[in-house]
Amino acid sequence: MPKLDSTRYTIIFATVVCVVCALLVSVAAVSLQPRQAANARLYMEKNVLLAAGLAEPGQALSEQQVKEIFDKRIKTRLVDLATGDLLPQGKIDERSYDQRKARNDPAASRIAPPNNAGIGRLPSYGIVHFVMKGDAVEQVVIAVEGLGMWGTIYGFLALGPDGNTVRGLTYYDQKETPGLGGEIANPQWLALWRGRKAFDDKWNVKLSVIKGTAGPPESDPSHVDGLSGATVTSNAVTRLMQFWLSDEGYGKFLRKFREGAMT
Amino acid sequence: MNGIGLPLTKQDRAALLDPVIVNNPIGVQVLGICSALAVTTRMDKAIVMGIGVTLVVALANLAVSLVRNYTPGSIRIIVQLSIIASLVIVFDQVLKATLYELSLELSVFVGLIITNCIVMGRAEGFAMQNGPQRSLLDGIGNGLGYTLVLLLVAFSRELLGAGKVFGFTVLPLTKDGGWYVPNGLMLLAPSALFMIGLLVWALRTWKPQLQEKD
Repeated sequence: MPKLDSTRYTIIFATVVCVVCALLVSVAAVSLQPRQAANARLYMEKNVLLAAGLAEPGQALSEQQVKEIFDKRIKTRLVDLATGDLLPQGKIDERSYDQRKARNDPAASRIAPPNNAGIGRLPSYGIVHFVMKGDAVEQVVIAVEGLGMWGTIYGFLALGPDGNTVRGLTYYDQKETPGLGGEIANPQWLALWRGRKAFDDKWNVKLSVIKGTAGPPESDPSHVDGLSGATVTSNAVTRLMQFWLSDEGYGKFLRKFREGAMT
Repeated sequence: MNGIGLPLTKQDRAALLDPVIVNNPIGVQVLGICSALAVTTRMDKAIVMGIGVTLVVALANLAVSLVRNYTPGSIRIIVQLSIIASLVIVFDQVLKATLYELSLELSVFVGLIITNCIVMGRAEGFAMQNGPQRSLLDGIGNGLGYTLVLLLVAFSRELLGAGKVFGFTVLPLTKDGGWYVPNGLMLLAPSALFMIGLLVWALRTWKPQLQEKD
């Protein structure tokens, strides 16, 4: 029996426990990583469908079903955010393009202009999902992100063919306080965005979350009810939406899109 | 050999079965209340959390018991914590690889199994003094006791709060054209505290030996 309380034995024992535990954790993390990445990707694609109203909140969709809807209804393209032009199809593989990864790659991104949405780096290319009905574009889904209260909020915004009317919105990755700011992921609150206008008559970005209750879309087109107890998150949502709708984000693309320059 | 076909002694069976009811970790030991408030809004959340805690507490008890005679007393708590934390991380990783959307909803609460008083309490209070087999059984028993209470609370909260059981509509809500007006309080954390309070009361009425003498 070793002397349990000697310093030497204690250090050796602690080291052995640490090595064994570290080994266990790393084996699990490394071996499960591909499956987790596939799940995260599927979840993101599902949220594109949710934003576009092609899937219902809470609906269980298999990997196969999501792929089928994507193949049938969605045309994914990349936009050069600096000019607003679409990249030639297939120049970069659209389906495997990871905007979040690109943002952190110095070769595929740049430092973002000063902004209040907490965005440090901006990818050169932004992802755009065209929702097709036959040959016509029915909706356009853009990716938005920005700093919330506890971490970065990621979402998708679907706009109608006028590039102005909100058709749907989802936040698929957020770390806001559950029950308060976390309510931004609540389908009932997200439904309030439907029918709102992103811009005013002079194409200034107007979409924002206000304090209190907003009127119906007809009389109060660009405001959305604030979340009580979640002022920081509500403001963060306004800032990130306005950033991505502005010319720093997808603004230039949206202008060309609504002028019909996109095919 | 005994009635259930396993080589269990009387103490082994007590280690396995006592924590399910008469020494229930939530109802009697009053441990693990925090997570019981947070993850009992829906049955599916409760059952996944129950499985997680059962696995962690059982395996942690087993591991702690196996090394108990080699663990220096001065670092025993931190050793237990390392073992528990590793098991929780592995469970979290497995959950993300299999039930991704549920793992997002359980979010921090899976990680917080580490701080669940039941796990640490059983490791320090039981596994440090008992052999591996009995510690494993004690862990499973405590996990099952925790799961049982979680499921009871989640059942009433999901049924009364959302009119559903396991996501299937049982009481059609008025907003969907049914007749049931849901009790919104049941979806908030305080209702779990009321439910657990009622449960403790019921348990103590049924088993008067649990009541302390004044």
